[in-house]
Amino acid sequence: MRIEYFQLIDRIVDIDVSGGTIRTEAAVPQESTIFEGHFPGHPLMPGVLLIESMAQTAGWLIIGVNKFAKMPFLAAVKDAKLRTFVVPGTVLNLNAKLLHEGSGYAVTKAAAVANGKAVCDAEITFRVLAFPEPSMRKAMEEWATRLAFPVQALADG
Amino acid sequence: MSSTFDTVANIIAETCDIPRDSIKPESHAIEDLGIDSLDFLDIAFAIDKAFGIKLPLEQWTQEVNDGKATTEQYFVLQNLCTRIDGLVAAKGA
Repeated sequence: MRIEYFQLIDRIVDIDVSGGTIRTEAAVPQESTIFEGHFPGHPLMPGVLLIESMAQTAGWLIIGVNKFAKMPFLAAVKDAKLRTFVVPGTVLNLNAKLLHEGSGYAVTKAAAVANGKAVCDAEITFRVLAFPEPSMRKAMEEWATRLAFPVQALADG
Repeated sequence: MSSTFDTVANIIAETCDIPRDSIKPESHAIEDLGIDSLDFLDIAFAIDKAFGIKLPLEQWTQEVNDGKATTEQYFVLQNLCTRIDGLVAAKGA
């Protein structure tokens, strides 16, 4: 997890674009300035970052479904539940499924589990738009490679 | 079975907390009912699910932006319902 870059996912574990599902993994760092403030003496992963982790997981799924032709932008988070504290060093196992692929938008359901225990879940909606800049698409492809996203397999499929 | 308009009006009332009796066939979703683009995503999701279709929002937006269509053609509810009926009929054809 590159928390300082807001890149919260470490690895795509698997993605099934035809089935509309994805699993990812993210390790919360042991140390971060975030934990100095949230909270002194009781470091916790902020809930908004847990939601962002789910959004990034679902976002990679949408990128895969669209074969890197379009970019998802977070539009709505509904029924978000933060079920347990997440401390530094926790490994999160995240998953998302596509509930509906609309025209210019997508609705997903995402969740995270740690040590077999439910951490959080939410329904997350994205606007799905053309990449505003070619350089952004290139950067996303490079980021995907770092996450072990099966870019080539997707292109071949 | 309720009409397309009744289904759409009920979706709008529930999604946007707008009194049902203020939603008329001649209402413009944006100009009369004040529905913004984010709320319209929720409405589109509910319409897509209810009718088993995919409202072509990207195409409609492009046509309005290009000056080839007016928002009234898509967002006045009776016109929206006509288009929904057309999409449902095309699905069954």
